[in-house]
Amino acid sequence: MSDIEIQAGLGRASGGQSSHPEQRPQRAAGRPGVVEIISALFGLFLVVSALVPTLLAPGDPLGIDPLAAFTPPSAGHWFGTDESGRDIYTRVVHGTGSSLVIGIVATAIGLGLGILLGTAAGMLGRVVDFTVNRFLEVLFAFPGLLLALLFILIYGPGVATATVAVGLSTAPGYARIIRGQLISVRSSSFVEAATVQGLPRWRILVRHILPNTLAPLLVLGTLGIGQAIVWASALSYLGLGAAPPAPEWGAMLSAGRTYITSAWWMSFFPGLFIVLTAVCATTIGRSIERRMRHA
Amino acid sequence: MAESITDDRPRVRGRVVVAFVLTRLGGALFVLWAVATLTFFALRLIPGDPALAILGGPGSQASPEALEAVRREYGLDQPLFVQYLTQLWRLMMGDLGRSYSLNMDVAPLVGVQLGGTMQLAFLSLALAWLLALGLATWSTRGGKIARSIGSGLEIVAAALPHFWLATVLILLFSIWLGVLPPISTPGIAGLVLPVLTLAIPLAGFLGQVMRESLLTALESPFVLSARARGESERGVRLVHAIRHAALPAISLSGWAFGSLISGAVVVETIFARPGLGRTLLNAVTERDVPVVVGVVMIVAVVYILMTLLTDVASRLADPRLRAA
Amino acid sequence: MTAALEVKNLTVGFGGRPGQDPVVQDVSFEVAAGECLAIVGESGSGKSVTARSLLGLAGAHSWVQADAVSITGQSVLGLPESAWRRRRGRDVGLILQDALVSLDPLRPIGREIGDSLRLHTKLSAADRTRRVLELLDSVGLPDGASRIRQRSGQLSGGQRQRALIASAIALDPPLLIADEPTTALDVTVQAQVLELLAEIKRRGNAIVLISHDLAVVSRIADRVAVMSAGRIIETGPTAEVLQNPQHPLTRAMLAAVPVDKPRRTQLSAVPVATIAPRSTVPDGLSVDDYPVRPVVLEASELRRSFRRPDGSRLVAVDDVSFRLHRAETLGLVGESGSGKTTTARLALALETPDAGEVRIFGEPWSAVQEKARRRLRGSVGAIYQDALGSFDPRLTVGDILRHALRAPAGGTTERGGSGHLSTESSQLLDQVGLPSGVLSRRPVDLSGGQRQRVGIARALASRPRILICDEPVSALDVTVQAQVLDLLDELQQELSLSLLFISHDLGVIGHMSDRVAVMKDGRIVETGATADVFADPRHPYTQQLLEAVPRFPQRSR
Repeated sequence: MSDIEIQAGLGRASGGQSSHPEQRPQRAAGRPGVVEIISALFGLFLVVSALVPTLLAPGDPLGIDPLAAFTPPSAGHWFGTDESGRDIYTRVVHGTGSSLVIGIVATAIGLGLGILLGTAAGMLGRVVDFTVNRFLEVLFAFPGLLLALLFILIYGPGVATATVAVGLSTAPGYARIIRGQLISVRSSSFVEAATVQGLPRWRILVRHILPNTLAPLLVLGTLGIGQAIVWASALSYLGLGAAPPAPEWGAMLSAGRTYITSAWWMSFFPGLFIVLTAVCATTIGRSIERRMRHA
Repeated sequence: MAESITDDRPRVRGRVVVAFVLTRLGGALFVLWAVATLTFFALRLIPGDPALAILGGPGSQASPEALEAVRREYGLDQPLFVQYLTQLWRLMMGDLGRSYSLNMDVAPLVGVQLGGTMQLAFLSLALAWLLALGLATWSTRGGKIARSIGSGLEIVAAALPHFWLATVLILLFSIWLGVLPPISTPGIAGLVLPVLTLAIPLAGFLGQVMRESLLTALESPFVLSARARGESERGVRLVHAIRHAALPAISLSGWAFGSLISGAVVVETIFARPGLGRTLLNAVTERDVPVVVGVVMIVAVVYILMTLLTDVASRLADPRLRAA
Repeated sequence: MTAALEVKNLTVGFGGRPGQDPVVQDVSFEVAAGECLAIVGESGSGKSVTARSLLGLAGAHSWVQADAVSITGQSVLGLPESAWRRRRGRDVGLILQDALVSLDPLRPIGREIGDSLRLHTKLSAADRTRRVLELLDSVGLPDGASRIRQRSGQLSGGQRQRALIASAIALDPPLLIADEPTTALDVTVQAQVLELLAEIKRRGNAIVLISHDLAVVSRIADRVAVMSAGRIIETGPTAEVLQNPQHPLTRAMLAAVPVDKPRRTQLSAVPVATIAPRSTVPDGLSVDDYPVRPVVLEASELRRSFRRPDGSRLVAVDDVSFRLHRAETLGLVGESGSGKTTTARLALALETPDAGEVRIFGEPWSAVQEKARRRLRGSVGAIYQDALGSFDPRLTVGDILRHALRAPAGGTTERGGSGHLSTESSQLLDQVGLPSGVLSRRPVDLSGGQRQRVGIARALASRPRILICDEPVSALDVTVQAQVLDLLDELQQELSLSLLFISHDLGVIGHMSDRVAVMKDGRIVETGATADVFADPRHPYTQQLLEAVPRFPQRSR
C-alpha cells in the first residue's frame, strides 16, 4: 500500500486551504446510510470477536475432531471444517483478534514512522526536507511487499517480523501524505493570520498546524488498518508470517491451499473475512472523513 | 488571480524539456545508487556467517577450510568498505553476483524471469485501466443507484487480497466450470486468471480515482460550455470528461506498476508461474542474498523507468503540467 | 418582427415536486434582435438559473415551468433533449465567466471553437479551420494560426474570454446568453470585452447579459431587469432604471456602488451598528490635519523578487515607497500581477524585502527578527480577501475571537477569566454589527459579509492602530460590500485607525481613500490625494484605468 492508495480513499479530506468544506459540496453527512450501518455492525462483530471470541464461537479453535474432517458448510459447522475436523467458523472468529492486532500494530508503526519522517521534513527546514524526501524516494523504489520481504530476509519469518515489515513498508506513504498536509496547512492563510496576531511559532505549531495536520490521520489510520490486515495475511499466506495451525486468517488460507479442489470452504471463508474487514475499514474511514469535512 | 502563460518559444521549451529529463535522470541514478547501498548494508544485519549460509546453513557442519575457501571466493575476507565498492562496481558492470543456493550467476537468472513478470504486469495494467474506465464511465452516467453500485464495486475490488481472489477465480473457472487451467500454462488461456487476479484490485483503486475526477470534470464550467454548444451527453464524455478522468490514472500508473510487481510475488506463486516474484519469494525463504539483491535492483530499475515514463506521459497529456 | 427571445412566467426549482420552492419565480421578459437585456442581481437572486434555463441546462434535478419560452419565435418549452441539442450553439449561445475553466484546459482552443461547427454543420475539417481563423480575427485575437493550437492555460484572461466568445458565436446564433462575462477580468480588459459584446450586438444578435454589476451593464444594456430572491423586481430602459429606480432594493443596490461617491458618504441603506467603543480609545485627531499627522507606517524603496519555475526572477515589487499617516486611508490600486498583494505582505512583515525597509511608528519593522516584531504585532491588524480561509477551520467564531484576545499582542493583557473573554468577544462582535449569537457558530456557516465582519472583529481584538486591508470586499455582493465599507469607515473615525487599503477596484479605492497610489508591474506609477489623482490623472496608465472604470451615465440627483 502506498500514499496513493490511501489518498484515493482519502479524497480531499485533508484540511488546509483548498479543502474548506464550502468549496466542495458533497452528500450531506446527516443520517448514516445503509452501507455505513452494516459496516458499523460488522465492525462491532469484529471487535466482539477480538475481545471475547467465546461469546460468538464457544468452541475450541484448535480442537481437532478427525471424524468430522472436511465437513462442508452445514448447520453444525457454518463454515465447514478443515483437514483435522476443526470448525472453520470458530477458527475465523478466534483469529479475528490476532488479525486485528496485527493490522492495528502495523498501522501504528507505519503511521508513527510516517509522522516522524513527515513532520521532520515539513518542519525542520529545507535541508532536512530534501534529505527525507530523497530517502522516501529510495524507499518507494521498493514497491509494495518488497520492503517487507527484505525485512523478513534479515530478521526471519514470524508474526512479529511480518507485522513490523508491513508497518515499515507503509511508512513512506504515510510520511509523504503527512509532509504534504503539513506544508499545505503551514502555508495556509489562517496560519499567516496567527502570525499577524503575534503568536510565537511554537504556539502556532501546537494550536493550529498540528491539529489541522493530524486530524485526517484518523481517516488514514482507519483506511490503513484494512490494508495492513490484507498485507499481513498475504505474508502469512506466503509462509512468512503466522504459521498454521494458528487461527490466523492468512495462515488458514494457506493451509486450505492444499485442499482447494476438495474443500473450497477452507480457503473461502477466512478470505471472505479479510475482504469484509478491509471493506468495513474503508467504509468507516470514508464515513469519518465525510463527517469531518462537514463538521 | 495569477496567470500562468507558457513560454512557447521552441528554444526555451526545448531547454526546459532537456533540463527536466536531465534532472530526472540524475535523480534516478541517485535512487539506484541509494537502493544498492541500502540493500548492501541492510543485508549485513543478517545474523550469522554468510559463508556458512552459502554452504547450506548452520546444519551443514562445513569445515573451517571450506568456509575459508568460500570467503575468499565471494570476497568476504575483504574489509566491508572494499566489499561495498566491489559490489557497486559489479552492479555497474551488470554483474549481480552468484546465487548461494542455485550455483549460477544471478544476472542471467533474473534476466530470464523478468520477461514473464513484465508481460503479466503490463497486461494487468492495461486490463485494470479498461475495467476502471468502463466502470467509472458507466457508474457516472446512471442515477444515484448506479453510482452507489459503482463505488461499492470499487471499494470491494480494492479490498480483495490477491491470494484470495486467485483462489476464488481458480475455484470458479478451473474447478467448477473447468474452462481455464488452475496453473499458468504457456499460452493465452494460462494468462487469463493471473492477469484477472492482478487487474481487478488495481481497477478498484484506479476506478475510485477516475470516477472522482470524472465527476469533477462533468461538473466543471467547460462541460457546461460544451453542452451549450450542443454537445451530446456521449460527446461530453468522449471529448472532454474521459481525458480528465485519465489524467490521474496516468500519473498513478508508475505506482500501479510497482504494486503489480509486488502482487506478482503472490500470483506467480499461486499459479506456479515462473517470474521475478516467485524467484524473489524462493530466495527470501532460502536466504539467497545475491538473488534477493538482484531482483530488488531489477525491480528498482523497472520501477524508476516506469515512474519516469508516466511523468513524461502526464506532461504530454496535461499541458498545464508543462507550464509549471 | 418576432422577438429573439420571449419568456413568460418562467418558474424554476430544484428537487421536490414541480412548483415547490422555486428559486426563479414568474420571470417574464422579451429581447429583440440587436438588443441587450441585462439581468442584474446579487448572488442567489436566481439570475444564473434563469440564464441556464434558457438553454435547457438548468441542471440536474431541476424542473422548469413557464407559460411561454420561445427563441426566434419558436417555442422551446418542454423540448426533448435531442431537439435542445440541435438548437444549442446554433440558435442560442452561452458565454460563461472565467474562460480558464470554461474552455477545456486539455484541448486546443481551435478545437473548442470549432466544436459548434463540427456538431451543427457538415463543413470539412479544413473549412472549419478556416472559419475558426475568421472567428478569432473577428473577436480581436490576431495571429489565429498559432493561437488555435494553444490551450486556455496559455492565454491571458482577456484572450481566453475572447476565445470563449468566439466559440459561442461560431454559428452566429441570434441569441447569446452571457453569464458574468467580464467578472474575473481586470478593469481595462473588462472594458475591451464589453466593447466586443457591444459590437456583436450591433451586428444584430440579441444578448441577455447576466451580471451582478450595475455599472458594467450600463455600458451595453438597452434594458435592465433587476432580480431579487427569484423574481424580477424592476425592469425598464437602462437609463431610466439607473436614474430613477422605483424599487427600494434597486435603490439600495445603486446607492451601494462606490464609484464617484465622495469619501465618507454612507453607501449602505441599513444603518451600521452603533459603535460601542471599548475602554481605551486612542486620542482623536481631527480629519483635516493629515499633512502634519504623524507617520505610522513608512515603506522605503521596497524591492522583492521571486524565482519563477524556469529559474528566471520575477520582480514583484520594485522600488516602492509610501507613508501611511495617522487616521488616514492610503489606497493602493492596481490590476492583477501589479504587486499590490506582495506590498501588503511586506507591510505585514510576512515577506522580507530584498532591499528597502518598512518601519512602523518610526521603529524598525521589516529589518528586525520576528521575535522583536511581536511586541508591535498588536498594533498592526490585517483583513483578508478570503476571510473564510483566514480562520482555522476547526474553530468557532467565539474561539477565533478568544484566541485573538488572548494572543500575546491581543487586547487582554491581564489573565482574565473566561467570562471576561466572552464579554470582550461579544463587545467585538457588537462593534462590527454582529449579534453575540454568532459566537457559537463556525465561519463556514456564515454569509460572506458576516465572515468579513468576524475578520474585522478579530483584527480589532488587539486594538490596532494600523489595518492592512487586502481586497477586503472583492468577494462580496455590492450591497454587502457597501455595509463592510461603511463599517470600516466608521471604525476608522471612531478609533483613529490608519488603513492601507488594497483593491483592484478603482470605485472602491476612490470612495475609501484619502490618498491613492497606483501600482503597475511592481512600481508605484502615480500617487497623490485621491481627489486630485481621480480628477487629473498624470500617468497614462492611471488615465487608462480611470477611463475603463464602468460608470453610470450622468444623472441628476
